[in-house]
Amino acid sequence: MKLVTCVVRPERLQAVKGALFEVGVTGMTLSRVSGHGGETEIVEHYRGSALVLEFRDKVKIEMAVSEPFVEATIQAIVRAARTGEVGDGKIFVQELERVVRIRTGECDVNALTPVTADEVQSRQSDYELWKAET
Amino acid sequence: MNTATAISAGDTAWVLISTALVMLMVPGLALFYGGLVRGKNALNSMMMSLAPLGIVTVQWVLIGYSLSFAPGNGFIGGLSFWGFNAVGAGANPTYAATIPHVAFAMFQAMFAIITVALISGAVVERMRFPAYLAFGVLWTTLVYDPLAHWVWGDGGWLRTLGALDFAGGTVVHVSAGTAALVAAMVLGKRHVVGRAPLVPHSVPFTLFGAGLLWFGWFGFNAGSALTASDLAALAFASTHTAAAAGLTAWVLIDLIRTGKTTAVGAATGAVIGLVAITPAAGFVSTRSGLLIGALAVVASYTAMQIRARTTLDDTLDVFACHGVAGIFGALLTGVFASKVVNPAGADGLIHGGGFHQVGVQALAVLVTMVLSGGLTAGILVALQAVMKVRSSIASEVIGLDSSEHGEEAYHAGDLGEMGGSAGALGHGVVLIRPGVPKRARGVA
Repeated sequence: MKLVTCVVRPERLQAVKGALFEVGVTGMTLSRVSGHGGETEIVEHYRGSALVLEFRDKVKIEMAVSEPFVEATIQAIVRAARTGEVGDGKIFVQELERVVRIRTGECDVNALTPVTADEVQSRQSDYELWKAET
Repeated sequence: MNTATAISAGDTAWVLISTALVMLMVPGLALFYGGLVRGKNALNSMMMSLAPLGIVTVQWVLIGYSLSFAPGNGFIGGLSFWGFNAVGAGANPTYAATIPHVAFAMFQAMFAIITVALISGAVVERMRFPAYLAFGVLWTTLVYDPLAHWVWGDGGWLRTLGALDFAGGTVVHVSAGTAALVAAMVLGKRHVVGRAPLVPHSVPFTLFGAGLLWFGWFGFNAGSALTASDLAALAFASTHTAAAAGLTAWVLIDLIRTGKTTAVGAATGAVIGLVAITPAAGFVSTRSGLLIGALAVVASYTAMQIRARTTLDDTLDVFACHGVAGIFGALLTGVFASKVVNPAGADGLIHGGGFHQVGVQALAVLVTMVLSGGLTAGILVALQAVMKVRSSIASEVIGLDSSEHGEEAYHAGDLGEMGGSAGALGHGVVLIRPGVPKRARGVA
């Protein structure tokens, strides 16, 4: 299991999300972040006085993925986030020690396997049906 | 007063509407200033603009109007109009023969209010609110009232001298601008200046505020004709023209200097044009209004760039906007005034009047600056001796909305509102029951 964290341009977010969904990665956490890479600073003017904005707005995406998905995830992000200009962002991959799904208590890879709301609902009604029969 | 004079329905209607228009400039100014400060000081800044509606009106009715406009000597009015005594439905022919005296008094009240509100832009984000209230009452009594008497009052010495100030270029703008400059010096700069970028928290507020100011300024200038007349129409036209020229001039300067036109700049340019035309409105041609608006923007813009290179923290550039543009407007009135436009005025420099009128205008500006600057410093130093005028570093950091008013313009941060009313991080709403120690209820 790996924790894949990437920092990308806000304007590439939709493309990155689409690419991740295509390779089957649907679990992700987004945050707005500010940061500094090698790109040039933005200059704004207020009443004639110049103001340098040191930090750029970026989006950070965090995904916990099981081993078979790691490479596909990285490739998807690179493909969708790249513009070729300075400031496209970075991907960080870290070892993941333990994962717990809060709802069920499932651990590690079982906890990472995506379960959609539809599935949960059908399981729930199956359970109720079974309970009613017994 | 002289009830034999016929009250004109048209004149009365126009002056009452103008009074309401000038009143609307106060919330307009609150938006203009409020948008330019940081979010944590938004309420405090807006309250500094709005509070004079209350305190200055009370002072005006009790003694302010009397000190400004009651018969007195050349330097101060008497007390015969205290509490609006003898200020009623009849006209006062000394000031306006065709409208009720009380309408004139209320129209003038709005000018006293907005003058105090204008000063606040220089001291926002660091002045304690109780000190500001005390300053407002003292300043309007000791500076505004005598000055209004000098320039507009019956027997006022600047009026007798022939100084032209149609709607308050010196009384309102030069005096407020100078007071702002001095107040910023006395209070000192905000601790954060030079350490963090200080950007407007809501430019749309500022744009909308500038729009309301522009709208209200028609009452300010055209209403100052005190009649629904050709003079009012003339002042109306030059007011709009100067604002338009001011906006255009700033946009062009922006384009030349940075290649990008800014919204804050456009709003500021329009306000500068309006300030500059204020003393001139009823004395110059519409065409002259174009020049006055544009020239004032060049002067104010230059003043702002110079100010930005100094350590002076005139936070919202009140001196550069109102002081410099007010001074230029007053002097340019001496250049562009024409008796063809208004027989009650004078012929300025370009209309064969020579330098006489420019000289009188310069004198009026100078004495205004000396009076306002000197007394502003005196009032603030006196206040510092009896109360805390400057806010603490701690309240500057958390913002004056919280430290001065115990409320916030934008409550709850990102996480606070996610958790519903209880607040995810324990922020949000907390019920205060009687008996809870006062210290625990709010900040400082």
